[in-house]
Amino acid sequence: MTAQLLTPTPNAYSAILGTGSFRPDVVVTNDDVCQWIDSSDEWIRQRTGIITRHRADANTSVLDMAQGAAQAALEDAGISAAQLDTVIVATVTFPHATPSAAAALADLLGATPAPAYDISAACAGYCYAIAQADALVRSGLAQHVLVVGVEKLSDYIDNSERTISFLLGDGAGAVIVGASSVPGISPSVWGSDGSKWNAISMTHSQLELRDSLLGANELLESAVDEPLEELANPWPTLRQDGQTVFRWAVWEMAKMARQALAEAGLQASDLAAFIPHQANMRIIDELAKQLKLPETVLIARDIAENGNTSAASIPMAMDRMRREHPELSGKFALQIGFGAGLVFGAQVVLLP
Amino acid sequence: MASTEEILAGLAEIVNAETGLDVADVQMDKSFTEDLDIDSISMMTIVVEAEDKFEVKIPDEEVKNLKTVGDAVNFIAAAQA
Ligand SMILES: CC(C)(COP(=O)(O)OP(=O)(O)OC[C@H]1O[C@@H](n2cnc3c(N)ncnc32)[C@H](O)[C@@H]1OP(=O)(O)O)[C@@H](O)C(=O)NCCC(=O)NCCS
Repeated sequence: MTAQLLTPTPNAYSAILGTGSFRPDVVVTNDDVCQWIDSSDEWIRQRTGIITRHRADANTSVLDMAQGAAQAALEDAGISAAQLDTVIVATVTFPHATPSAAAALADLLGATPAPAYDISAACAGYCYAIAQADALVRSGLAQHVLVVGVEKLSDYIDNSERTISFLLGDGAGAVIVGASSVPGISPSVWGSDGSKWNAISMTHSQLELRDSLLGANELLESAVDEPLEELANPWPTLRQDGQTVFRWAVWEMAKMARQALAEAGLQASDLAAFIPHQANMRIIDELAKQLKLPETVLIARDIAENGNTSAASIPMAMDRMRREHPELSGKFALQIGFGAGLVFGAQVVLLP
Repeated sequence: MASTEEILAGLAEIVNAETGLDVADVQMDKSFTEDLDIDSISMMTIVVEAEDKFEVKIPDEEVKNLKTVGDAVNFIAAAQA
């Protein structure tokens, strides 16, 4: 008789149990932006709906923002950090390749020894993390998962560049995913299209930064035969092909959002809220139009004050919406994230 | 395959649906931005709707060359041929 393996005892369903967010203090207006690029308040409002973005000052780190949002979510869910048995941080702006932001965050919160790891899926990072948290909880491998989307994009932009920097803000949003007696997270519709890897990207790699700095030093010592190319702006920053991204974000993402609804077994009229990634108000409006959302569906428009905060945008918008509209509790929201990769993820969730 | 007149009429309907402009204002010599006051983002919607309606591909790089309604009509006619 061979011994049989034990496996985790599954939970029937998972759900979001609580939300929290952290908005940094520095308000950057369109007039501020126009000191750095050739643009106007009117142009930015009309093309993007953005009026201000919040950015973190030099003393406020990715971890500070993540901790603020996580503590608020724990409080909202009514659980202690010690009850967390997984910590997932979605971010592309933690300034260390390793160790992870999640391991440091788990320790700051008092969640040690919970497994903790970061995921890199840009503006879809939060929805990717929800896909994982849902699977971990339903499988029984975890009971309480902390998911944080956090970005300090201001460290990775060049304010004088015109394709993306003026859209971006900083912040953190967090949710707790745990077991539930009713279905709270629909099957995730998620994927990637790496053929558009360059549609949103960094100006160059960290190795090129290193070689550029080395080149400068070694040139001084006349030690190199072939001088390495010196980069005008050695620090890698974000740039994008705005039109390519816009077309993909509206017409491809409308298909994915419809698929998420279908896999949830719902119609647009069953939704109480639509919480898309806050990339551009025009994308949000066009998506809502393509999805034929009834007027009764509340649409998250946090972008007007907050700009695009990548992985943080959906949980920040969700947290705000719940506070402004407590009547949404127990109702369905469609969330969809999309961005650099290109990658996307969507689910329907029951709002706590 | 549609005639130039049919493409113009179809495009005018798309422009009307996106912007509310009168279909009669959408004429071959009109510039999308200068005359019709259509911004670059509305232009993307018009392009995608036109791709659907006329079953053609209008690549991202091509969009900036479509300055006038006539440019778009001619591009679509050539792409259908
Ligand atoms: C970034 C975005 C607002 C740019 O708008 P756009 O309409 O595509 O802009 P284009 O690059 O086609 O330029 C159109 C015109 O506006 C000008 N322009 C471009 N950026 C500008 C800016 N920031 N301010 C003022 N004018 C600008 C261009 O010079 C051009 O002028 P011209 O026609 O006289 O040459 C838009 O493409 C967008 O939002 N894309 C989606 C990006 C997104 O959300 N990414 C994040 C996803 S996670």
